[in-house]
Amino acid sequence: MKITLNGAPTDVKAETLAAALDELGYADAKVATALNERFVPSAARADAVLSPGDRIEVVAPQQGG
Amino acid sequence: MRLYGTEITSRLMLGTAQYPSPAVLADAFQRSGAGIATVSVRREAGAERAGAAFWSLVRELGVTLLPNTAGCHSVKEAVTTAQMARELFDTAWIKLEVIGHADTLQPDPFGLVEAARILTGEGFRVFPYTTEDVVLADRLLDAGCEVLMPWGAPIGTGLGLTNIYGLRTLRAQFSDVPMVVDAGLGLPSHAAMAMEMGFDAVLLNTAVAKAGDPAAMAEGFAHAVQAGRLAWQADPMEPRDMAAPSTPVIGRAFLE
Repeated sequence: MKITLNGAPTDVKAETLAAALDELGYADAKVATALNERFVPSAARADAVLSPGDRIEVVAPQQGG
Repeated sequence: MRLYGTEITSRLMLGTAQYPSPAVLADAFQRSGAGIATVSVRREAGAERAGAAFWSLVRELGVTLLPNTAGCHSVKEAVTTAQMARELFDTAWIKLEVIGHADTLQPDPFGLVEAARILTGEGFRVFPYTTEDVVLADRLLDAGCEVLMPWGAPIGTGLGLTNIYGLRTLRAQFSDVPMVVDAGLGLPSHAAMAMEMGFDAVLLNTAVAKAGDPAAMAEGFAHAVQAGRLAWQADPMEPRDMAAPSTPVIGRAFLE
């Protein structure tokens, strides 16, 4: 299905957020996620079912002021 | 100094952005003696792992981490960013930025109070990036903030304390609230002035990271913060307009 990953159109076969992260190369990465602008804790990703058009944000630690 | 129940020994807080290299960042932190480092979150691509590299770098600094919501312009964005930062950095501390103006990066006071109330309700320890406005400070305290972070000047300008009167008033109005002057400092003298006025700490980034020698500047700021703190504790003299001789005049030799 077509989703948006960090603002870019992306195709995934996965049906959950957890599976999508595996499919997109984030397995074991230190990241936090949001689905349609709502935070999804890591423990809830396996239960977060994706729908076409969903917007996923994946963030990691970065430098900040 | 206690911030949300945590004892912090250094009154200098340092950002982690814009350094020429990770090695320079680590050197600057070591010479600054900073006890708190600000960090952020950003989008990461699938195979990138930049976040993991930065994570191991900041953990080696051995300092307390204060994630921010830099770049957020709405309450929703700031709240979601804070929630993601809490999970990533495993801390309830959040430097809350809700930006209201693109050119000045001035906080949106209305959004800031709303976001502070939501995050406090969710158990966050909120460090709001605010202005010197005393009414806004009062609202932030009502919203559950126990620390305030008034700006010295707009972020990244290096202008120093642009509203001395406002900052002095804020400090006097809430004398028991820990306050960190955050943003706009360019020189150690600016930090010393903030500390001389009774602020509890300063937070800076660009002034150190963009100096020709960041580590030396970091050490300069460390000395300035200590000097300013000592001056505040030492109860400075009152300035006066007319000269007053410091050398005793009684007993002066008559040589005319």
